[in-house]
Amino acid sequence: MPAETAPPMAAPLLDVRDLCVSFPSRGRMIPIVEHVSFTLGERDILGLVGESGSGKSVTAMALMGLIDSPGVQITGSALFRGQELVGLPQKQLRRLRGREIAMIFQDPMTAFTPVYTIGWQIDEQIRAHERLSRKQARARTVELLAEMGVPDPARTADRYPHQLSGGLRQRAMIAMALSCNPSLLIADEPTTALDVTVQAQILELIRSLRSTYGSSVLLITHDMGVVAETCDTTLVLYSGRVAETGPTDALFAHPGHPYTAALLASIPPLDGPRPHRLPAIAGAPPPPLERPAGCAFAPRCAYVHDTCLPAPPPPLVPTGYHPLTAQPDEASAHTSAAGTSPPPVQFAACVLPAEGTPLPARLTHSELSTKPNFDTPDQALPPPTSFSSGEAHQ
Amino acid sequence: MTSSVPPAPTATSTHASASASASASASASASASARPLLEVRDVRKTYHLPRGQTLKAVDGISLSVMPGEVLGLVGESGCGKSTLGRCLLRLMDVSSGEILFEGQDITHLKERALRPLRQRMQMVFQDSYASLNPRRRIGDLLAEPLKVHPGPDGRKRARATIINRLHELMDLVSLPVGALDRYAHEFSGGQRQRINIARALALSPRLVVADEPVSALDVSVQAQIVNLFADLQARLGLTYVFVAHDLAVVRQISTRVAVMYLGAVVELGETDAVLHRPAHPYSAALTAAVPRPMVGAVRAAPLGGDIPSPVARPAGCRFHTRCPFVQDRCRTEEPVLRKIGPSHSVACHFPLAEG
Repeated sequence: MPAETAPPMAAPLLDVRDLCVSFPSRGRMIPIVEHVSFTLGERDILGLVGESGSGKSVTAMALMGLIDSPGVQITGSALFRGQELVGLPQKQLRRLRGREIAMIFQDPMTAFTPVYTIGWQIDEQIRAHERLSRKQARARTVELLAEMGVPDPARTADRYPHQLSGGLRQRAMIAMALSCNPSLLIADEPTTALDVTVQAQILELIRSLRSTYGSSVLLITHDMGVVAETCDTTLVLYSGRVAETGPTDALFAHPGHPYTAALLASIPPLDGPRPHRLPAIAGAPPPPLERPAGCAFAPRCAYVHDTCLPAPPPPLVPTGYHPLTAQPDEASAHTSAAGTSPPPVQFAACVLPAEGTPLPARLTHSELSTKPNFDTPDQALPPPTSFSSGEAHQ
Repeated sequence: MTSSVPPAPTATSTHASASASASASASASASASARPLLEVRDVRKTYHLPRGQTLKAVDGISLSVMPGEVLGLVGESGCGKSTLGRCLLRLMDVSSGEILFEGQDITHLKERALRPLRQRMQMVFQDSYASLNPRRRIGDLLAEPLKVHPGPDGRKRARATIINRLHELMDLVSLPVGALDRYAHEFSGGQRQRINIARALALSPRLVVADEPVSALDVSVQAQIVNLFADLQARLGLTYVFVAHDLAVVRQISTRVAVMYLGAVVELGETDAVLHRPAHPYSAALTAAVPRPMVGAVRAAPLGGDIPSPVARPAGCRFHTRCPFVQDRCRTEEPVLRKIGPSHSVACHFPLAEG
């Protein structure tokens, strides 16, 4: 991945380079995550988005040092405030986890132990990292629960996980994650198990964390809608590899990778006219062992041609779009180093931009500059026509 | 597809809505008889819990489904949409009320009397893996209903007829014929759901109840299955009751939508009317809460609070504890589902829109 952060900026909070995770199976190594790189700045929210099996959760677990299956191979580098996380001994990891890096999971029911009260579990986490009395810890717990919008926090702290609703459990889990004021919160599908009205509340809470707690968030989700509403930067994973990365607004307006574009097009719209048929993507993502040598998306791609197929997989290249000017900037792909134009920020692992045929924009520029009004019919995202044909031959 | 269909007749207003549909229906010819395929009258499903508590999973629902239409049942977890879906096919017995299929009261039919009707009403479930026996070949699974039920001539189907039908089914759901010799674990989630759909269609049903059939699938695969449902409906003239929590999916497939909250239908009407001009504050909040895959989308303030426990349902309007427009009357008097347009009903004292 090319260097993308401007040099004078402070070092990012988290700098992941070339992270690879492989698991052994039947005598060979299965690459689950291949060469994932990204940076996460202070108070940033980065969305790691992909379908099941794309490696998004494995990436997060690797960063947290939570993968302990025998024979697993984790290579690459993950610098957290300059400290290498990959290969860090458990003892030192334990000091970071909970205090500096906290994680919340999809299912708060299984993440809490059912035999202790919510308050007991949050107190324990606080006292594991800080020298506080039980009373002081409980006071902090109640305060945290109140800040997370839990009604009647003192009584809720005395309840067991099964006595709370899904939304309250997730708030309690976020309270526990934030109890030591971590600088990085990893949220793995935090709203997937929740109902949509409660999801909206939790997403608002997560968005507010950066201002109230100064936390950065690595948000893992499969929901493009959640990413669009929550994240500053988006990283799209496909079959264990980075397909595309860039600022969320640019990426959603000008998807640079055919996968991103096709994925966005295949989501049934809730506003505007109803498409007669959904532009579906044919087939299914390949299992890791059947991953193509070249571009992993090639077998399902509407734009596939000869250059996509041979190994190695296409590298991340600038897509040629600039959020600042919100128009295709062909020059930037070649002269980004010169400094005459702002450095590119959006990258796609696809041969199309380099071949001079980037994908069409998802919205026109005028629509980009104004807030989309969903009631106007012309707002319906016109997918590339090539996606609407040929599907179902899985 | 019938574009205009009557709203849920409440027990008392069946008359009015039936005549309304006859006059309003532009495509009355499509539903020649204009008689509902499925009718539900004041259906209740109550569970008795320890300590004398009762859980009203379905709390007095009346609606009808016309032939050829797709009725979407939406709502959040615990609203009773799956329970209702199962009651419709008598997979569960209702506590009270009536279910009419093709005009016949099936509420209390014995299993043996129900069996011939089973051919005409089928179900597709959410978990495509759990629905398929892992130890049997797909061909055996699909042949089973064809062996259990007699053919149209009332006699057992011949082996060759069954094999022909299996090939037809594979073609319908776009799977290779070779799939018949394989086992469920050899398929991806999307393919397994195609197999489940094929099995549901084996006996050429008129009504298919689909309970969250695409919610376990990835987005890129989900679109294929939604398209498949739509294609099959057009091709075979099927009628669906499509249960889902994903509003966008329901909008894509449904002719009409029923929004459920805590066991009751709070709004019922044509899809775009309910989703774009919602009359019930809950429908409005539900639509607004769905994150749009679009940066800069205007975001409404989320609804506060949680869904109350169905065991302790609020008095008055069941939504009043979370409603941003709550008034005194809502706390005491329960609104009934009433018509606000030719095919639009809402259970709200102060609806946001008329008709």
